[in-house]
Amino acid sequence: MSNTKSLLTIKDLHASVEEKQIIKGLSLDVKPGEVHAIMGPNGAGKSTLGYVLSGRDGYHVESGSVALDGDDLLAMETEERARAGLFLAFQYPVEIPGVSNLEFLKAAVDAQRQARGEDPVTSADFLKEAKAACKQVNLPVAFLKRGVNEGFSGGEKKRNELMQMLLLKPKLCILDETDSGLDIDALQVVAEGVNSQRSDDRSFIVVTHYQRLLDYIKPDFVHVLSGGKIVKSGDASLALELEAQGYAWLQNEPAEDELEG
Amino acid sequence: MTEQIDKALAREYEAGFVSDVESETFVPGLDEDVIRRISAMKNEPEWMLEWRLSAFREWLEMEEPDWALVDYPKIDFQSISYYSAPKSMQDKPKSLDEVDPELLRTYEKLGIPLVEQQMLAGVAVDAVFDSVSVVTTFREKLEEAGVIFCSISEALHKYPDLVRKYIGSVVPKKDNYYAALNCAVFTDGSFVYIPKGTRCPMELSTYFRINEQNTGQFERTLIVADEGSHVSYLEGCTAPQRDENQLHAAVVELVALDNAEIKYSTVQNWYPGDENGKGGIYNFVTKRGICHTNAKISWTQVETGSSVTWKYPSCILKGDNSVGEFYSVALTRGRQQADTGTKMIHLGKNTKSTIISKGISAGRSNNSYRGLVRMNPGAQGARNYTQCDSLLIGDQCGAHTFPYVESRNPSAIVEHEATTSKVSDEQLFLCRQRGLDPEKAVSMIVNGFCKEVFKELPMEFAVEAGKLLEISLEGSVG
Repeated sequence: MSNTKSLLTIKDLHASVEEKQIIKGLSLDVKPGEVHAIMGPNGAGKSTLGYVLSGRDGYHVESGSVALDGDDLLAMETEERARAGLFLAFQYPVEIPGVSNLEFLKAAVDAQRQARGEDPVTSADFLKEAKAACKQVNLPVAFLKRGVNEGFSGGEKKRNELMQMLLLKPKLCILDETDSGLDIDALQVVAEGVNSQRSDDRSFIVVTHYQRLLDYIKPDFVHVLSGGKIVKSGDASLALELEAQGYAWLQNEPAEDELEG
Repeated sequence: MTEQIDKALAREYEAGFVSDVESETFVPGLDEDVIRRISAMKNEPEWMLEWRLSAFREWLEMEEPDWALVDYPKIDFQSISYYSAPKSMQDKPKSLDEVDPELLRTYEKLGIPLVEQQMLAGVAVDAVFDSVSVVTTFREKLEEAGVIFCSISEALHKYPDLVRKYIGSVVPKKDNYYAALNCAVFTDGSFVYIPKGTRCPMELSTYFRINEQNTGQFERTLIVADEGSHVSYLEGCTAPQRDENQLHAAVVELVALDNAEIKYSTVQNWYPGDENGKGGIYNFVTKRGICHTNAKISWTQVETGSSVTWKYPSCILKGDNSVGEFYSVALTRGRQQADTGTKMIHLGKNTKSTIISKGISAGRSNNSYRGLVRMNPGAQGARNYTQCDSLLIGDQCGAHTFPYVESRNPSAIVEHEATTSKVSDEQLFLCRQRGLDPEKAVSMIVNGFCKEVFKELPMEFAVEAGKLLEISLEGSVG
């Protein structure tokens, strides 16, 4: 494994929002095909990490570096990062009234194809693919004609995010608290969708507060994020440990790098 | 974000070129002599001149209205030229072959080829350049169906009785300040007559182009749909990019007799002025239609141009069971100001009206919806549904809604819904995170917002309108 080239390499990242430093020296290495879970208490910077990596306005990188597939991710515009294969599944997907899901998805797929120098997908082919994706995430096909997330329930929105992921076929998927607000059935659907997409050339960063999602999506690595940095890393058993102990112990434990240093 | 919007909105106006055409243009100024000269140039019947002069005398007594939410320096009506026509049009070319190629090139550049073979099949065009109609296409085909489609100047000669019967019958001479001015000085425009029981075999379209400097355009359109007939009509407008403001004061009258249907669509793209509000067209337009029994008039407008827009396409629902519709998209950016809406006057029983208005404001613009729904005592069982939605792009623009409802019949039902929303950072971020560039994202969000109106446009033009919106929004976000 260690010889494999990394897909994502984050080195000593410091980032702030509205002049408040949230990420304070975070390093992470993700190889193709790996699933990394990032857990941590509220306010640890979990969602911020996803926004910083995807280049949301207002999230400023102060220092450090991020490479995706060897390219400098931080030098890219938001849409260029997406076209380079980075996908963020939102915790609270926003509505775009009047723009049909199908139209939105095709525009997104075509924008990414264009960036790769490919022709737009034909409407007929795309419709076929989109219908299959609907089926896979257990959404009625009628949802393709509805406005993006318009009037969708919480669970439907999350499945819609997953459908976008299926169609865009990213290299790196960041799932931002995808489990929040889902009942157990919806959680299973989403988890199955994610698992079906696991492959040797696709990696996942699963950001979650609770261990329960990891019962369904088995991570290769679990990292604990606290105070803007990773304070502990381990395998899937770390998640269970956290579940049993909660996050309170973190306050007394020095960060890993401080131990190493 | 606002700074980026401002920077990006400073885009080129694609129709802003000037055509090198030698024109005969009146020296600026307005008095009875000017009106006599206009009438003489057109060799009009005496009654028409008298009508113009009486309108002019009314106008002199009237005050420029100031109730609209628009702000512009006082117009000096003596500094405007009231007539300008390409010299080549003096000989009245009889066919397309005789029309000055420079004029044809102008329309081609605007995407309106006038050579029939190159045109959109199924659309006949009347091309009006400054004060005169250059050419009307597909006339023979229309004549076969008995449809009259020509310039109003020509109609005054060929069909004087029809014109005399209906001109001023929907918009009276002294209806308002700009309408009165138009009555006095109108130069050209289109005339349409659809005979009884006839479905017009093609879309009719007038394309207005202002070219000459310091010239006002005062066109007049009259459409009469006889009993049981049907017509769909579209107008488009552009003007060169100039530093001075130019005045456009049009009047459109629609007459839908019993069981007739008129669908009138506008794609308005007059020069909007630069990002600081310099230049641009003042668009003061009166549009009104009258519906007789069981008739229907549907106004659809996509307004993206002009520095000031003052326009309220309206329906007088006189006949029982008649239907009025108003679908509007008004986009303002830079320093544009739009005060637009409709009036639905319900007179007959069981009359119905629908108003869907979508206002989009960007930059430092101001966009107002102003609409009146009046249920007269005789409007038993009448219904209106109004929906006004405003979309804001950035945080320095304004959106306003001024609904007026007057109900004098207790059985009438009036519904009004209004919303205001913003193109949010979250929406933009979602689109960009999926790989769309910001401009595509904004135009997609705006198009989605306008969907209910675009679906009312004739298909050929719905695509155009979407594209126009895309161009208008080009670079609206950085």
